[in-house]
Parts: sequence; C-alpha cells; structure tokens
Amino acid sequence: MPDEPAVERARPRQRLSVVGVLGELLITVGVLVLLFVGWYLWLNDVIVGGEQTQSATELRQEWEEQAREERGEAPPPEPVVEGLSPDQAPVMAEPTTLNAAFATLIVPRFGDDYARTIGQGIAVREVLNSRRTGVGHYPGTQMPGELGNFAIAAHRNANGAPFGKLVDLRVGDHVYVETEAGWYEYTFRGLEYVLPTEVDVIAPTPRAPQTEPTERILTMTTCNPLFSTAERAIAYSVMTAWYPRESGMPAELAGEEA
Amino acid sequence: MYAALWRALPGPVWLRIIIVLALVAGILWALAYVVFPWVADVLLPQDVTVEE
Repeated sequence: MPDEPAVERARPRQRLSVVGVLGELLITVGVLVLLFVGWYLWLNDVIVGGEQTQSATELRQEWEEQAREERGEAPPPEPVVEGLSPDQAPVMAEPTTLNAAFATLIVPRFGDDYARTIGQGIAVREVLNSRRTGVGHYPGTQMPGELGNFAIAAHRNANGAPFGKLVDLRVGDHVYVETEAGWYEYTFRGLEYVLPTEVDVIAPTPRAPQTEPTERILTMTTCNPLFSTAERAIAYSVMTAWYPRESGMPAELAGEEA
Repeated sequence: MYAALWRALPGPVWLRIIIVLALVAGILWALAYVVFPWVADVLLPQDVTVEE
C-alpha cells in the first residue's frame, strides 16, 4: 500500500452564506420572542414587584423611624387588636405634586409581605408603571379616612402587578392604607365588573354620583379580563377602623414587621 | 454568522468563553430593563383606570 499523500486536513474556510445568516437571524428572533414572553409573564413582575415592595417598605420604615424619634425614651406601643372609630381618623390634604408617594397599601390577602406605595395621580408611566409606586390615586377623589371615595388604580398583570390578586379578595378581608399618621383599615365588601367608561364607580358614593357620601369607601380599579383592557374589575371596601401610629399598629400586620 | 463572530474574538478559548458570557449577560440585562419594557409599552398598552 503506497503511502497516501499528506491530506490537507484543515477545514476549508467557512464563508458566510446568505441562507446561513438568515437562518441564524431567524433563530435569534425566535429566542428573543420567547425571552420576551417569559419576561412579560414572569420576570418583569419579579423585578418590578420586588422593587415596588422595597420602596414601600422603605417608606414605612421611614415613618416608623420618625415615630421612634418623637417617642423618645418611651417604650414602643404594643400592636392593637381593636382600632378606633373611623370618624376619629385624620384626613391628610391631597398632595399637590403629581406622582408624589404619600401612602402605602397593605393587603394580607395578597401575600404576607405585600406592600405597595400609592402615588398621587394615575399617570401610566410615572405612577402605574413606576418601580417606586405602582398604585395611583385618582386625582380629585377623596383621601384615606375622608367621607367619600378614596379611589386607586393599579396593574393586574405586568409592571409588578400590584392588583394581580384583586379578584381573590373575600368579603371581610382587610385592606390597610398606611400614612405617616397611622393605619386606615378598610374591609372588603364586594366586586363589580364594569365598562372602562363607567366613571361613577369612583364617585364619592360609588354608582350614585348625586348622593351625599355617608361612608368612607376605598375603590380599587384594575383591568379585566386578565391581559385585556375590555373591562374593569372594581373592588369596593368600606373603612372600619383607625389605628393612630402613636398607639400601635394593627395586630393583623404586626406579624410581618421586623 | 455566530461562527464568524466566535472566530473574530481574540484570545484563547477560555478567554473567548468569558467574553461571550459577559456579552450575553449584558444583552440580557439590556433586554430586561430597556428593550422589553419599551416593547411592552408600545405593543401591549394597558389600561387599568376608568375614564370618560
């Protein structure tokens, strides 16, 4: 057997082919689309939701810190089981600065560590999509503890989905709005599904704009069905108690505090 | 295309792997924090408020 001549084993230099590049581009686009879906349905909520919770926690700690300084040497108040009557609650003035954070929303039904910041106004980019706030207060509606309707809105999916579990609320669930002054306890009363144009759900007396308000209502609005903008899901709660910061936080919330 | 990019990277294989991982991490970060939020705003506008 004669010796074979040394074969040039080096691979021929690969050249870019149109089909090859096109194929790789198509695969890339496919991967990007899948990544987007994963981000939209899951990762975005993890990232933004975490940041929103973080910002709400910082705001709450700030208020606690102030209360501690004012208290001086006195021991911290014990958690309170029975709150005060709602008509003793102070009403803060509506913030004049749009997008300003002025309260936090704490809903045990939404999760043990659920806390979000409420900002003034319902600007999509600045409040609802924000990594800091996420929940927006309808300008011109009443403030927490005020006779009438404290109306707020938030996303049901994506951007942290602050109201992702809105329709999981059960009658009797407590929804807390916390401000520098203390905790406003609202009790969930019922859901309603409406068209986006039915603005009387945020009237001082919901669904009865001509009626003088006699109750302190909290109205939460979000989109419905999930991933659609065709309708709105509305959750009504009514204020049932007031917990001033100096006399201690509601016992229901005390478990989660550090 | 990707093969050509791989050949264009400098250094030994281990260095190229590190460079590729860094590039991929940077691209994923830019997607999650910049590109995808913008795409979602444009393609999937959301409306959670009631208004006239």
